[in-house]
Amino acid sequence: MIISVASGKGGTGKTTIATNLALSLKNCQYVDCDVEEPNGYIFLRPQIQESKTVYLPVPHVHLEKCSFCGKCAEFCQFNALAVAKENILIFPELCHGCGGCMVICPNSAITEENRSIGVVEKGKASHLEFVQGKLNIGEPMATPVVRAVKDEIDEEKIAILDASPGTGCPVIETISGSDYCLLITEPTPFGLYDLQLAVEVMRNLRIPFGIIVNRWGEGDSQLEDYCLKENIPILLKIPFSRDIAMLYSKGIPLVQAHPHWKANFLKLFEGIEERLGEATHHH
Amino acid sequence: MKQLTIISGKGGTGKTTLAACFAVLAENKIIVDTDVDAPDLHLILHPTILSQEEFSGAKIAVKDKNKCTKCGKCEEICRFNAIRDLKIDYLRCEGCGVCVHICPEEAITLEDKPTGYIYNSETKYGPMIHARLKAGMETSGKLVTEVRNNARKISEGGSYNLIILDGSPGIGCPVIASLAGTDLALVVTEPTLSGLSDLKRIVGVAEHFKIETLVCINKYDINLKNAQEIKEFCEEKGIKLVGMIPFDPEVSRALAQGKVVVEVSNGPAAQAIHELWDVVSRCLFHSDN
Ligand code: SF4
Ligand code: SF4
Repeated sequence: MIISVASGKGGTGKTTIATNLALSLKNCQYVDCDVEEPNGYIFLRPQIQESKTVYLPVPHVHLEKCSFCGKCAEFCQFNALAVAKENILIFPELCHGCGGCMVICPNSAITEENRSIGVVEKGKASHLEFVQGKLNIGEPMATPVVRAVKDEIDEEKIAILDASPGTGCPVIETISGSDYCLLITEPTPFGLYDLQLAVEVMRNLRIPFGIIVNRWGEGDSQLEDYCLKENIPILLKIPFSRDIAMLYSKGIPLVQAHPHWKANFLKLFEGIEERLGEATHHH
Repeated sequence: MKQLTIISGKGGTGKTTLAACFAVLAENKIIVDTDVDAPDLHLILHPTILSQEEFSGAKIAVKDKNKCTKCGKCEEICRFNAIRDLKIDYLRCEGCGVCVHICPEEAITLEDKPTGYIYNSETKYGPMIHARLKAGMETSGKLVTEVRNNARKISEGGSYNLIILDGSPGIGCPVIASLAGTDLALVVTEPTLSGLSDLKRIVGVAEHFKIETLVCINKYDINLKNAQEIKEFCEEKGIKLVGMIPFDPEVSRALAQGKVVVEVSNGPAAQAIHELWDVVSRCLFHSDN
């Protein structure tokens, strides 16, 4: 079973939920798909046992075969190639690795070479299996690294996927194929606005989802009104507290400092199982 | 004309709050929200939208079912697994056009994919450009660039001397697009363990693009030990730490009401932000004289 944890926006407590839920379950795999800013390791302190480089193919032009016809550059939708008089410039960061320039070249002057864009790391954090991806600094394309991270999902386990913030392409890549998605939000006008964008994505992707409200207690009732109106379940509320903020700042998981929280996360998981059971039952 | 980009590595550190405060405190500026994935600045600055443009930053493959003979060649060659069971998945398609080229029946074409909207607006503090990316759309980098172009157009002929850019979170394509060619980057961080690790990564990005960087710590008193570590990191790197903003409930109170904290409060956070702006504006405009 794959449960992804997402939020319209960063800083809503996504990693808190993902790590604590993972720590509360047996036979579980924590998969950090926020490859731009992986933070789960701070709380889980895993021992990394394996590390794999993620490559993306980029064109390599063999100038001795090239007639400088410019067809490759004309074809490339991402302006990753430019043909000058007697030279070809390649901008690797722009290349999506589609392989089109190689296919199109009339002189077979293009081959591909692998370029490293990030890394996938695997390890253990006590009983938990841990996977994370890291995008190299200055690299704009996160999606291929997310894809490589997702290749490590163990179908025998409950995989908790920690998505990146927002609703952009890496998030879509992360959550597509999930059985359930938890959306984390805050009871503020911002939280509500960002949540609405995230809900739109969930509905487009047709992934069943529920809401977790973090820093509960400060804000207004708008969020609850919205969920009620839209028929979206609120599965858990985590109170606003300085204590929880302090634990977070020190990288201490909530369930470790306050073991009674484990029961809440277990109940959350059972609630999801039940909902999914119902969903399959009805269709 | 100077450009200041406010970034954070991670969302939720108070970047938008600061951008809004600077929008209030700075003179003759244009305000730009480049957080196109989750734009929030409009929720505090309440702009009036003057005009709206649709933006297509990407192409998408579209198939004509009548021409398709189901040979499967497109499915075979697509590296993004965007064609499955002969259907094109619009979320996966990157618009590279390889399938268009390979199809023997010319059944596939590339079409513009509307990816978002750009808004040209007015606030009581000056013009504001913001955008909204349609859910799940990529190429936010291009949209950011387009938003910045709109701001530049407005700046021409005006008496503006500053563009304030509220950057996007992360270190990926939208952030790079919001940093490119900017004069100064202000990184907002928090004294959490993840704050320090995010700070290191975003500083790496700014370094990579050779942009002068300043750092400020928001809610520094939540964890003094981590704040100290951030301070040491900045010293080591030779980056100026230009502000320490205390935890102050007035900030979230102002936010919850959709107001800018320096408009409604004179508390400790508001005062620290006033001081921060003094330093940042000096750094921005100092290099001229
Ligand atoms: S298509 Fe082939 S021959 Fe033509 S410019 Fe590109 S690499 Fe050279
Ligand atoms: S592989 Fe695709 S994206 Fe990369 S340079 Fe060639 S045509 Fe452009």
